[in-house]
Amino acid sequence: MIKVLNPGLFTTLQDEGRFGLRDKGVPVSGAMDPRAARVANLLLGNKAGAAVMEITMTGPELEFDKECDFAICGAMLSPELDGEALQNNTVYTAKAGQHLKFGRLVKGYRAYLAVKGGFDTPEVLGSRSWYKPVTARAMLKKGDSLETGKAGKQSTKNVPEYPQENLEGDYIEVYKGPEYDLLSADQKSQLEKGIFKVANESNRMAYQLQEKILGHSHSILTSSTLPGTVQLTPDGRIIILMKDAQTTGGYPRILQLSDEGLAFLSQKKTGDQFLFRIK
Amino acid sequence: MQNFELKYRPFGERALLIEWPEEISENILTDIMAFSRRIAEAMPTLERVPAYNSLTLISREPMEAEDLTAGLRKLYDEKSGNSAKKRKLWNIPVCYEAPFCQDLEEIAQASGTSPEAIIEGHTQATYTVYAIGFLPGFMYLGGLPEALHFPRRESPRPKVAAGSVGIGGKQTGIYPQESPGGWNIIGNSPIKIFNAENDPPCGISVGDKIRFYAIDKDMHELFTIQVDSGVFQIKTLELDDQSA
Repeated sequence: MIKVLNPGLFTTLQDEGRFGLRDKGVPVSGAMDPRAARVANLLLGNKAGAAVMEITMTGPELEFDKECDFAICGAMLSPELDGEALQNNTVYTAKAGQHLKFGRLVKGYRAYLAVKGGFDTPEVLGSRSWYKPVTARAMLKKGDSLETGKAGKQSTKNVPEYPQENLEGDYIEVYKGPEYDLLSADQKSQLEKGIFKVANESNRMAYQLQEKILGHSHSILTSSTLPGTVQLTPDGRIIILMKDAQTTGGYPRILQLSDEGLAFLSQKKTGDQFLFRIK
Repeated sequence: MQNFELKYRPFGERALLIEWPEEISENILTDIMAFSRRIAEAMPTLERVPAYNSLTLISREPMEAEDLTAGLRKLYDEKSGNSAKKRKLWNIPVCYEAPFCQDLEEIAQASGTSPEAIIEGHTQATYTVYAIGFLPGFMYLGGLPEALHFPRRESPRPKVAAGSVGIGGKQTGIYPQESPGGWNIIGNSPIKIFNAENDPPCGISVGDKIRFYAIDKDMHELFTIQVDSGVFQIKTLELDDQSA
């Protein structure tokens, strides 16, 4: 069992997500940076899609009540085990009573903590990803205790490396979205050349951008949206839908992030800047 | 299947969007649902999201949009195969009394009609589910009589109770969970349209029909208890889907 002494800023449990219910309005959810979650799991011999802890900017403080192997991947948040500095992408063994803490944010925004056997929280509609109101819980709180599952028997050889460039770089890879052709030449040029910054209003549902482009008066019939769909509001605001986003929308879908682009954006925080690279 | 001119558009690396002519029509919705059922049989791994004039197909793995499009064109043109399915009509109880009918009096006065006339209009119409989205179990319903089109409230409420029945512009619907909302609230349904503890969590599907019937406050209380204990059954009727 792992006890939560301090939950951190916004810590949730996530797996690969909830599939097959988008036609009932259920978001996919799941790790925002799935490659980081996968690498952390594989290092421990877990299934790639075992439930992990998604840690946002300011990490939690946890106490292990028995020996437990764990690994951290994704953002660099200065983790420490009883004061001893730890590295990402490395398997450590915590002894009973030891405390895992996180410190200064060095790079990225979201880190993933995997434990051997995965976090064994209840599955709801085929997934352990937290998304209220589908799951009772929205985020970790002080006093929570989390069980771990049975250790897997997967090989820990040939685990892919977490791509460090996911935490750096300036370009987000995007495809043209279904309504890209509704854009004017000026709007297209603004998207191609503009430098955009992540706005304050950014979370697991959507990222808004600080810069606006020219507005429009197009309306579309409500239609499906996906994680990574880039919407343009009539007044020119750009909204990028993330893993917990609603499944339908009525704003033009001007761009669509690739899976890599979405994972890359997930490691950006308020004020971070980037450019779109349209495929 | 009918012979609509369909547009196939790649939607990122793992999804394909199929579009019918851009209008709200029963005929188009029926064709979308018939094609969706046929795709479910032929390509069961694809997730299908129908809404108004579109059907989005989503794969968990990267896919070749061109190959998939070619396969789908063929599938749409096939005359054989019977994918007819009965649609359901759901009869949903709504209490239009205080304290649930917060805005009923106000919109009745503003439009020179009576609360009774609004309730009558709301319960006599049959609605079509054109999409489910925005929140888990939130239905986009078509078919609200024109006399009941009332503009949204100028400032949205930060909290609208679960089960609230509202009218916003040309739309009516039920808030499946407590959420912020700008619709005029005229009543409340004790039904849980979406319940994560059930499998499936939401019995209503796009293409189904909805009717509302009025219940009093005592009945609302009784139904709430029945819903909470899992014994309430929504009254449904199977409809013939003539054009599938």
